[in-house]
Amino acid sequence: MIWLYDFGLLVLVIIAALLTLNLRDLMGSAIVFGTYSFLMCLLWTVMGAVDVAFTEAAVGAGVSTVFVIATAYNIKKEAKD
Amino acid sequence: MKTLALVISLLMGSILVVSLDDLPAWGDVNSPANSHVSAYYLDNTMQQTGVPNVVTSVLADYRGFDTMFETGVVFVAVIGIMAILRRDQRLEDIEKVERPPYFPPDPAITGVAARFIVPFMQIFGLYVLAHGHYSPGGGFQAGVILGASVILLAMTNGLNGALSRLTEDWFVLLSGLGFLIFAGVGLACMFYGGNFLDYSALAPLMGGEPSVAAVKARYHAMLWVEIGVTFTVMSAMFAIYSYLASDGWMDRGL
Amino acid sequence: MAWLEANYNYLLVIVLLMIGLWAMIGKNNLIKKCVGMCIFQNAIIMFFISMGAKAGSTIPILKLKEGATTYGVNDYIIDPTQYDNPLTQILMLTAIVVGVATLGMALTLVQKMYAEYGTCEEDEILEKIK
Repeated sequence: MIWLYDFGLLVLVIIAALLTLNLRDLMGSAIVFGTYSFLMCLLWTVMGAVDVAFTEAAVGAGVSTVFVIATAYNIKKEAKD
Repeated sequence: MKTLALVISLLMGSILVVSLDDLPAWGDVNSPANSHVSAYYLDNTMQQTGVPNVVTSVLADYRGFDTMFETGVVFVAVIGIMAILRRDQRLEDIEKVERPPYFPPDPAITGVAARFIVPFMQIFGLYVLAHGHYSPGGGFQAGVILGASVILLAMTNGLNGALSRLTEDWFVLLSGLGFLIFAGVGLACMFYGGNFLDYSALAPLMGGEPSVAAVKARYHAMLWVEIGVTFTVMSAMFAIYSYLASDGWMDRGL
Repeated sequence: MAWLEANYNYLLVIVLLMIGLWAMIGKNNLIKKCVGMCIFQNAIIMFFISMGAKAGSTIPILKLKEGATTYGVNDYIIDPTQYDNPLTQILMLTAIVVGVATLGMALTLVQKMYAEYGTCEEDEILEKIK
């Protein structure tokens, strides 16, 4: 494994996780949640788990993000904190 | 509340860091997780089942019970969401619920593009299901891709169009049918004299020499079982989307 | 430094676990709590997958030997030290699908609470219950 690639992915995952929780706009938060899922998928591919990465790419970055967007659309679109 | 949460997280984190010395080093070939049962699976999967993808063969054959009850969990989730969220059309005047303003999707650009993409997505989903024995793939991934294709159709051309093609009766029926297919293959094994989900008991169906027929029976029964999983997961994804997006009214989407 | 190199993936897992736990307890909005639950689940899956990785090994799909033309039992390289551990990946495959079903259920409950109380923030709901 290339050390720099691995390290860059780890840092990006932590940044994406913190950003999802601190954005006030719920739609933006859902999009960054999709990015976080996709970065986890890349991390698992680098570690050799291709089936799990395939499932996470389909489920996390596809369907799970759509669920959060659908719920956030029917409720208020701004969080208080 | 926030300071309490921060204190609890830092405390738990420090306790976990202290316990890191007991875990095996990263990338160790002889760690306890890599030694006992997984070495057996890697050694014997080719000669007992004939499937090179070790992940699929262990999921569908050696640990078939886990997969069957996971399919059951997905089915129960669909039923639970339907029980909580489904609303009756006749109560719309009585309940006086305020709904967000609805902008129907204009299918001029996105609708046409989606209608080009959806057939290819479905063929790719069926390919992933059938090729799961030789490449990364299998039942779950195929079910999610097929469900996502119907969700794409619902998002761009309106939920009513997608619901008229895959009606509510059908997707509730399909999610139960997938679990029944899985359990049905297990029961068929019992009728032929083996244990529940013991696929080598289906060898008389394949014909030929008994030892070769047992391997062939396990190879093919894995595919039937994965088809059941695909049905359940596909209908569950679309069901959860349509209930969440329309807030139970099932008449208009996002 | 050697300790850091031996354990950096476990440190990532611990950081993500604590981010998820902090979000589930401390955040006010109900949807952010559900997102925190997802982050927690993904961190647990990351822990299991990183325990199954081996140094210098390939994915757990059996490889054909060099110059093999048929696809029988003797044409694959069967050597358990060359492949990644498949057992942890299989358990996590189940965990991901169960996780998405749980997320759907949690978001359904959030929508029902919004229809009942008119708000999605925890402190306002607690005021209304009193």
